[in-house]
Amino acid sequence: MLTLLQSYPLFAALIALLGLGLGFGAVLGYASVRFRTEGNPLVDQINQLLPQTQCGQCGHPGCKPYATAIAEGGAINKCPPGGQETIDALADLLDVEPQALDAEHGEEKEPNVAYIREDECIGCTKCIQACPVDAILGAAKLMHTVIADECTGCDLCVEPCPVDCIDMLPRKGGIEHWRWDLPEPNENKSSIIATDRAAA
Amino acid sequence: MNTIFKIHGGIHPDEEKQLSNPGTVLDAGLPPSLILPLSQHIGKPSSLCVAPGDYVLGGQLLAEADGMVSVPLHAPTSGTVVAIEPMPVPHPSAMNNLCLELECDGEDRWIEYAGCEDWRVETPDTLISCIRAAGVAGMGGAGFPTAVKLMARDRLPLQTLIINGTECEPYITADDTLMQVDAAGIVEGAQILAHILGVEEILLAVEDNKPAALDAMQKAAKARGGDCNVMTFPTKYPSGGEKQLIEILTGKQVPTGGLPADLGIVCQNPGTAVAARDAVCFGKPLTDRIVTLTGRALARPGNYRARLGTPIEHLLTVAGFDPSQNQRLIHGGPMMGFALESSAVPIIKTTNCILVPTEQELPTPPDAQACIRCGLCAEACPASLLPQQLYWYARAKDQEQLERHHLADCIECGACSWVCPSHIPLVQYYRAAKGMIKESKTEKIRSDRSRDRFEARQERLERETLAREAQRAARRAAAEQKAAAGGADDPVAAAIARAKAKKDSASDESANS
Repeated sequence: MLTLLQSYPLFAALIALLGLGLGFGAVLGYASVRFRTEGNPLVDQINQLLPQTQCGQCGHPGCKPYATAIAEGGAINKCPPGGQETIDALADLLDVEPQALDAEHGEEKEPNVAYIREDECIGCTKCIQACPVDAILGAAKLMHTVIADECTGCDLCVEPCPVDCIDMLPRKGGIEHWRWDLPEPNENKSSIIATDRAAA
Repeated sequence: MNTIFKIHGGIHPDEEKQLSNPGTVLDAGLPPSLILPLSQHIGKPSSLCVAPGDYVLGGQLLAEADGMVSVPLHAPTSGTVVAIEPMPVPHPSAMNNLCLELECDGEDRWIEYAGCEDWRVETPDTLISCIRAAGVAGMGGAGFPTAVKLMARDRLPLQTLIINGTECEPYITADDTLMQVDAAGIVEGAQILAHILGVEEILLAVEDNKPAALDAMQKAAKARGGDCNVMTFPTKYPSGGEKQLIEILTGKQVPTGGLPADLGIVCQNPGTAVAARDAVCFGKPLTDRIVTLTGRALARPGNYRARLGTPIEHLLTVAGFDPSQNQRLIHGGPMMGFALESSAVPIIKTTNCILVPTEQELPTPPDAQACIRCGLCAEACPASLLPQQLYWYARAKDQEQLERHHLADCIECGACSWVCPSHIPLVQYYRAAKGMIKESKTEKIRSDRSRDRFEARQERLERETLAREAQRAARRAAAEQKAAAGGADDPVAAAIARAKAKKDSASDESANS
């Protein structure tokens, strides 16, 4: 055997390469089983960036299904609650050009919270079934109420209500939500030398 | 004499402290009505316990503390509650917040109150509840509930109490005045606080630009005996920042994201010490404070003892305000204060100064020019940050980089803006960026919760569907089993058999015929 290999160095090289191939193949095969990632990590990453309003304005039944659609190559500009910020973050993650929000799916607006006018509620439980995050509390023929901290402001409970007793009110009205604005960068419009002012 | 350490950066703006004549307290008088915001402190707003139309005496409880991090609110004089509604409050947003309007009856009748006879024999918990019941919140500017700060004793081993009489911001002399007129009260207050905290060492810190206050404090400390150590150090802005002062006095740095209590240190303002003394020794609630009214648009600038809730316009009248000279009203000092939109807002527990400068005194800042990367801001920063980098990242809204450059350690002292030759309002960028980061963090927590709830709901719905299907399958299986067990029992099969038999017999008959 040894003499055969010595007389045909080509065989020696082939056997060595074959051995290496089998060895690495076995290691990789083992690793792919041992360190398998559950689910699609890209979907989870995209889902992290979506606002989790679960409103369905994108045409998918929730944020995760939309994340799956984006991972499969869907448009990234269908999420009005996330707005331009989410689109930019998604474009950054997926390394594509950021687009403007698709107006067909709605406009970007301030986040809301649902309030049930409790005197008018007839206890039909329709809104409870519509709420994607189980944020409405109540039972049949008893008054319902919204757990304001859990409400995502998705509007899905408004339409099923037979007596129209649900209001969508802005979430961030109060002084505790106020924050400083970035100053206007006015260095471009200001003048550096006297003649700039005359020209402007 | 202990060693004094140096801090990085800092600036030396014009002090302008003599303008308000520190050392004399004037009376601001009783305005016709007081406006008392329910949120004068950090934490949850106090919850009301009076209604419009109620007559209250001075010192009577108007609103209770709502939860742990909150303080109660007391009536600063006798009178009638006339309204409880959103009114303008001293806040940079110029927004309205819930306030209680008290129409003073001018008689200034008070409830009876009494304190502990000897605080040395009381337990710390009793003393903390006295301070809590008196509504004491940090009077240096932040307004953190004092009782909550004192509870650090339960969590961490403490060694040192620092009374922060630095008052490094230009113009303000409220603490300076208090140290001159009530040094004994401050020292006693400090001893009470030290007793509560169980600390041995008390440091009374006074900057060297206040010789009269330093002298008064040294005398008072000597007179009362004990372990008070009056320390003085060179004037520099912002030595009075909590973390900066700790470094000056002890040489230790408070870690990023940490509290002074992590080093075994608690800082309190002299005003807070006196308020704590009043609460413990006399049972007196916090209903007034010394406010510096200063600026060259005032005829009679000075330090006024004003009741909480006194509208600023009333104080301006008392101090001889000349509206033709002035275009800005500033709550706080020239470095860290904010402009007020209306003079109808009241003073609150944290109001140490109302600055009313003339246009020459504090001119409108010129337009910002481009950053020339001179690096003066980095030299001035007392927190050793890189203001220029933070500026670029704030403009780019790059939150990750802002956090990596420790934006959270910025104390918003304004030293960087003050030195900037391009007049870039750097602190404004950091304030906005901090707000942005805070908001996106809360949004992140919200969206994580929503995701969990959505997924939990999806799982539940799936479980319910599966359970229903399983039930249906079980029913079907049971029926089939029954049918297989005894065909006769099955009415359908029996009917089919009958029909078949009938048909067969009929076809037989036709075949026969």
